[in-house]
Parts: sequence; structure tokens; C-alpha cells
Amino acid sequence: MTRTAFERQLLAVQEDMLVMAGMVETAIERGVEALKTRNVNLAQQIIEDDLKINRKRYETEDKCLELIATQQPLASDLRTIVSVLHITVDLERMGDHAEGIAKIALMLADEPPLKPYIDIPRMAQVGIEMLMGSLEAFKDRDPARARAICDQDDEVDALYEQVYRELLTFMINDPRTIQRATYLIWTAHNLERIADRVTNICERVIYLVEGHIEELNVSKY
Amino acid sequence: MRETTTPGKQESRDGAQAVGVSLGGLPYRPAHSAETAPVVLRLDKVGVSYGNVPAVNDVSMDIYKNRITALIGPSGCGKSSILRCLNRMNDLIHSARVTGSVYLDGVDINSDAVDPVQVRRHVGMVFQKPNPFPMSVRENVAFGPKRQGTSGRGPLNDIVEKALRSAALWDEVADKMAQSGTALSGGQQQRLCIARVLAVRPEIILMDEPCSALDPVATLKIEDLMRELARDYTIVIVTHNMQQAARVSDYTAFMLASEHGVNGQLIEYGATNEIFTNPKDKRTEDYITGRFG
Repeated sequence: MTRTAFERQLLAVQEDMLVMAGMVETAIERGVEALKTRNVNLAQQIIEDDLKINRKRYETEDKCLELIATQQPLASDLRTIVSVLHITVDLERMGDHAEGIAKIALMLADEPPLKPYIDIPRMAQVGIEMLMGSLEAFKDRDPARARAICDQDDEVDALYEQVYRELLTFMINDPRTIQRATYLIWTAHNLERIADRVTNICERVIYLVEGHIEELNVSKY
Repeated sequence: MRETTTPGKQESRDGAQAVGVSLGGLPYRPAHSAETAPVVLRLDKVGVSYGNVPAVNDVSMDIYKNRITALIGPSGCGKSSILRCLNRMNDLIHSARVTGSVYLDGVDINSDAVDPVQVRRHVGMVFQKPNPFPMSVRENVAFGPKRQGTSGRGPLNDIVEKALRSAALWDEVADKMAQSGTALSGGQQQRLCIARVLAVRPEIILMDEPCSALDPVATLKIEDLMRELARDYTIVIVTHNMQQAARVSDYTAFMLASEHGVNGQLIEYGATNEIFTNPKDKRTEDYITGRFG
């Protein structure tokens, strides 16, 4: 009584989720790149690609619903499908945050840069590392790794605070920087939210393996 | 649990007031650790062998009052043998030998001093195939009470009507009381058999694959009826249909034999919502996800 066809469908929705994660990773990377290089075309590309991320989410959701309706999944199969449904929602929101960064890149493209960007790309880099790590933990069914990744969220929170204070100083010293500095705070906020969403994915990995919901490392923001 | 909720006064389980008007939702089934219902049947190291072949060994579990407990497992795992231990039906099989104890409200029903007929009055049984007696609908239901000494048209009619109403059959047969029970549809016949059990007012109802001969609509009717009956009775059901166990039961016991019909064991027993979402034993997981064997 094996279920080869069902198992392949179950693998397919997990693969869809991983493809979607790859799309989100690219969007975050490109968003910060577009901001740094003031590349309008790249920023517009990200905004267009976000529609594809959204479509992928609904496509995956449809497949999950079909599996629930037709295959009556139970136990770890059911937890896998529920986890995919939750994680794709988180990924879709992360895509929206990347799109938000692209929109800010468009708004800042004609303005002189306020300062060299160091902490914001670092936030993106840590966020992407966390995202990729969380999905490896999902693939490997590794709750210890998922817990460890959540601890990295503190680094992102610390960077956010640093960016925020620095930009506040700019605004106090020269009110003409207020608009640009505010846009950059929004950018950092988008990245902070992305890292926070990764901790949701890590919580789902623990749920998938251990069968219970555990709230990990509650973000400061 | 399962009480009708008062509109507008619905509170969630953590005591928070729901927003707006109550939708009349039922509370979720409790976790095993939070069970407050008394134990009505206690199985202590129960085993059954047929001749020299041990069919099932060492089953210990508690059955809670007003709860539905499902026994699941592949064919030959001993679940029907265990079910038959709960009202001494194995007495009727010559080669069967039962070991261990089954306590009904604290009394070991396997003790020689206990009359099996009395046990079966307290613990009724519904079988796989509907088996109405070849007599009228009314006589089918009145049969048990009459044997117990109830007489007179009035009292018997009251019992019959009450049992048929409880079995959700009254509206369909009220004008067919004199008709033969065997002339009803399959689903109606099964509800007639349930009414026949209810008429003798048992504490516990055993059901051995009660829906396997019924179509999906009749099956859902019986399942709905089981939830209703659980307000007043304790139900133990054997089913091959895992979705049915998931839908109707509060507790699920998974059993497995080492080979077909030999050395059946209780592998895992727990709250149904836990067994079907997060079973602890890999063999349970493999069985309920369809990867067994």
C-alpha cells in the first residue's frame, strides 16, 4: 500500500515552494542592488517579477488544496502541506517587501546618494542567508538548524537599529536629508521584516518535524 | 463538550470573548491529557486466542464515558476480537479463549459470577451487516424490552418511539410501524438495529464496521447519529475507514499484528486529533498515511 503518485505530488508542492523562495531571494538581492546602483530598469524588473511570485503562491496553494481535497493527507503528510501553505504566504510577503525596496530605489534614483550603503546591503545579505538556511532546514527536516537560524534575527535587528540612529543623526544635522533618510529607513524596515518572516518559516520547520507550534525569537520590532 | 452554545455568549477556550455574534460553533475535542470524563471500561492486559493461536495480546486501555473510541488497524490485527471482549461475545466462539480483565464500572465482566446476558444488556452491539429480525419495525424495537419484562401497549409504544427518535429513524418509519424491518433501505435497517440496541437502554454501544455495507449518504447519517448518541452513551467502534475514525471519534487506538491474525497488539492509543496529526509511533504514521506494508 504505497502511494507513489501522491508522494510525487507532495514533492512537487515542496519543489514549487523552493522555486518561489529562489524568486524571492533574487528579488531581495536585486532590490538592494537597484538601490545601490540607482538602476531604474532593474527596479522596474523587480516590480514586474513580483507578479510572478504572487502567481506562484496561488498556484502552489491550488495544488495544496487539491491534495487535501483528493488525497486526505494525514500526520506528517498533512503537516507538510500545511507548512507549505504557510511558508508560501510568508514568501509572498517577503516578495512584497523586496518590491517595496525596488519602489524606493525608483524614488531615490534621481537624488544624490546620502551616504555609501554598508549596513543596508549587510542586512540583505544576512536576511538572504537566513532565508536559504531556513529552506535547507525544511528540506533536511532539521529543527536544530531552524532554531539556530532564528538567532541570526538579532543581528538584523541590531543592524536596523544602527541604520535608524545614523539616519536620524543625518536628519537632525541637515533637514534637507529628511526625505532621503526616511526612504532609507523604510528600506531597512523592509529588510527587518524579511528576516522576521524567516523566523516564521523556521517555526514551520519545527512544526513539520515535531508536530507542535513553538514561537521562536520574538523580534524587537 | 458538544453542548449547544448560547448565541452571543460564546467564549473561546482561553476565555476570550469572541467578536460579534456567536456562530454556534462547537468546541474542539479535548487533548487526552485534558480528559475529565470518567473511565467506564478498563481493559487490563486483555488477550484473545483461537485454539492455540494468539490473535491479540496484552491490550490495556481506558474507555471514557460519553466518548467515541475508534479501533483501527489492518485486517487480522485483532480489533474485532478486542471489541467482542467488551460484551463477552467471544463466549459464543468455542475455540476462543480470553485472558486478562475487562472492568465495566469497576466489575470484571470476565469473572464467572457475572452473567454474560446482563453484560450484553449494559453493552449493546451493532454489527457490520444490518440484521433486523424478520418481524415488523415495531416488534424489532420492542423485542428487547419485552424480553426484559416490559408489557402493555402504552409503555412499549413509548419505548419504541423514543428509541426510534434517538436513532433518527422515527420520522421515516412512523407510518410504517407494522411493515417488516427487512423491507427498509440498508441505512434505515442499520438505524433500526441501533434503535433496537437503544431500546434496552445500554450504557455502552459497540459498533463493528457499522457503515461498511452502506452508501456514503447513509454512512454520514449514521456518523451524525453517533455524535448525537455520544451525549448519552459511550461508543466503541471498529472501522476500516480511517476517515470515519477521524471524523467521528474522540479517541483512536491503532492495532497491528505481527502476521495476519497472529499476535495483534495495541500500538498507540490517544486523542483522535493527536493520532491523525502527530502520531508518536512510526507504525501508526505509516498506516494512517497509507505507507504501510
